Amino acid sequence: MMAARRWLFASPWMWSYLGAALVWIAAIIFTRGYGAGGMLIAALSLAVFTVVVGIGQMFVITLGPGNVDLSLPANIGLSSAVAMTVMAGDDRLVAIGLAAALGCGLAIGIVNYLLIRALSIPPIIATLSASFIIQSIDISYGRGLQIKPPPGFADFTNIQILGIPLLAILTAVFTVAAGIALQRTVYGRSVLAIGQNIRAARLAGIRVGWVRFATYALSGMLGGLDGALLAGYFRGANVDIGNEYLLASVAVVVIGGTSVAGGKANVAGLWGAALFLVLLLTMLNTFGVSAGVRLLVTGFVIVAVISAAGGEKKRD
Amino acid sequence: MTLGASDIVRLDGVEKRFGAVRALDSVDLTVQRGECLSLVGHNGAGKSTLMHILAGTVAADRGRVVIGGDEQKAYSPARAKHLGIRCVFQELSLCPNLTVAENTRVFHPVLTGLNWRRKAGALITSKLDEIFPGHGVGASDLIQDLPIARRQMVEVARAFTATDEPVRLVILDEPTSSLDSHTAGQLLAFMRRAVANGISCIFISHLLGEVLQNSDRIVVMRDGRTIAADRAEAFDRNRLVTTMGGTEAPTTEANAGDRLARGKTPLHVRARPRQQGGSTDLVAHEGEIIGLAGLAGHGQTDLLLAIFAAATSPRPDVAVNATVALVAGDRQADGIFPLWSIAENIGICSLRKLRQGVLISRRREDTLANFWRDRIKIRTPDIHNNILSLSGGNQQKALFARALGSEARIVLMDDPMRGVDVGTKLEVYDLIREEARGGRTFIWYTTETDELKKCDHVYVFRNGAIVADLARGELTEEKVIQSSFIGTDPR
Repeated sequence: MMAARRWLFASPWMWSYLGAALVWIAAIIFTRGYGAGGMLIAALSLAVFTVVVGIGQMFVITLGPGNVDLSLPANIGLSSAVAMTVMAGDDRLVAIGLAAALGCGLAIGIVNYLLIRALSIPPIIATLSASFIIQSIDISYGRGLQIKPPPGFADFTNIQILGIPLLAILTAVFTVAAGIALQRTVYGRSVLAIGQNIRAARLAGIRVGWVRFATYALSGMLGGLDGALLAGYFRGANVDIGNEYLLASVAVVVIGGTSVAGGKANVAGLWGAALFLVLLLTMLNTFGVSAGVRLLVTGFVIVAVISAAGGEKKRD
Repeated sequence: MTLGASDIVRLDGVEKRFGAVRALDSVDLTVQRGECLSLVGHNGAGKSTLMHILAGTVAADRGRVVIGGDEQKAYSPARAKHLGIRCVFQELSLCPNLTVAENTRVFHPVLTGLNWRRKAGALITSKLDEIFPGHGVGASDLIQDLPIARRQMVEVARAFTATDEPVRLVILDEPTSSLDSHTAGQLLAFMRRAVANGISCIFISHLLGEVLQNSDRIVVMRDGRTIAADRAEAFDRNRLVTTMGGTEAPTTEANAGDRLARGKTPLHVRARPRQQGGSTDLVAHEGEIIGLAGLAGHGQTDLLLAIFAAATSPRPDVAVNATVALVAGDRQADGIFPLWSIAENIGICSLRKLRQGVLISRRREDTLANFWRDRIKIRTPDIHNNILSLSGGNQQKALFARALGSEARIVLMDDPMRGVDVGTKLEVYDLIREEARGGRTFIWYTTETDELKKCDHVYVFRNGAIVADLARGELTEEKVIQSSFIGTDPR
């Protein structure tokens, strides 16, 4: 028991899985076990979209204090519109549409970095102001129309293998790759070093500017990919499709055990945190509470979890 | 042991463990009023840990802490400060984002009222003037903008300022290691004056000359124990070194015949300091050890950083023809990655070399770290321990390992021997000479004259410019000091 407790405290990201399990149990107790499996599958499908942007956000936040990408919601919105327009409902154009979404996200990432670097604007302001520009472009580009995805692409986002969503499997594989990239590649080590001590990183010969550029570009591309996938899953792109990912992308990173102070990231925790957030909403929905109460409870729980799980301030 | 009326501190049987490492093993120590006690020993001998216990920042596992005759049960830094114990530690404790005056106010909460900033500024400035005349520190300077030598001066001065609480004992843990010889002299003279006025000092230094000249009593520590304690007159350099457990080094100043004739090997660096008028350039050829001298903060570090930057993005005033690595002197700010293990800290400059395919091989990383742990004797049971588990001097060794383990042909050293003990220094000197013979170039900023004598060529700096250019044969301490203060016309 003591050993288990110590292990739990040593790996704060475990709290997110624990929380997800508790919320799930609370929900199935309420439904007397009805729909327990379905609830998990649905949660997995939805968690995918949070995890994809969460990975990008995690790399950005790991760069150290002040680094955050707040342009993700606008990025998702515009990229989903770009992807659907390029695909034009035609299954043969899916690959090109995906590439366009990635390109759109990449461009946004590059713009973010240029604002931060060339104009020396703090990332939080730069990415937020970029998101207003992106949103304006999206509104005039999409004209508020909901563009449908090609049927093949929409089906692809809903495929299940042995009852598990294919997207979740692919994202899980991608998560593992991201974890390896973080710990075992020159790029990942550079990100971790910069987050701990940017001066020391520069003096150790790390090309700080290049690494930061690559990280914002990566976050942008993952936002673009997420936009295309969301449009496929929800059968249409619209301007507001990414809105909930402003809070969610940051929340999963922090609840997942990544240090807000930078230099320490946790990839495994992203999944636990994303499942927790999705299941929390599912639970509140099963309880039948109103939208206002739902938002209130979500906000409250996020604050509570962050102060409990992320509260290891002392480093002795 | 009798409790003399003048004992202000007594430690009895103090023990402390960090995991499997026994840092202190039943240590007794007394300090009397108006006495300067020096503490010497190798890196990791337990000096800093003992001082942290005395300062209340680390709790002993066992043993008694008696201060002013009263045993301390619930001892803490606040209690220590209340009892008049002040500390100047190796890891500077100033807040970098605050000014000199604001840092003084943090230490003295009694400075209140609307004009607290002025009061704090006056307090610290008068103490700086008293200890380091001509210090050049302003009360409204931000700490992060000050070079490490000036930060150290502020830290020392702040420890001696008194408001509502008295100053009884000041712990000076290697206060001179980031100071040049002139400033260090000012500090030591002040310390003697303070001791004459009844303040006690505990002085830790790896410079045995300083220790022998300035202390009343010397305690030698080794492997977590005190193994000798005597009046300072009873020691000489040899006895100290043998007691510490080192071997006295034969003074091997490499003789001239052993060394390369200047200019016979390819040029590695040519650099001109920004404030330089005239035509003097710093020149370094392959295999040379180039020294940068002068008072601390006169442009030596700036030039090193310029050379470092020029290696990746060329600039007109600096030409660099080979790869570069830097050994930071200010290890907390410029060197250490605090969340990482020793192995990861060493490997960071060699990531490309450590790859197998696209991925970094943990095995190769460990091999590199273990090789250097053994070669420069980093004291740790396991290279996977966190870097902060090492004592300050051993952290510095890890930074040496990082640079020397990389493939860089030019190694820049920014006064890197801070906090490194005598034995290790000698080993590192040999290592540097060996590596230079193998074709590596060293550019070495140092505040110690002894180290300049190990260089093939020395440039003396003043106000950001080179004012003297001395070959090994011409180098004397007088010449260096003279040029640092007056400045001679280069050439």
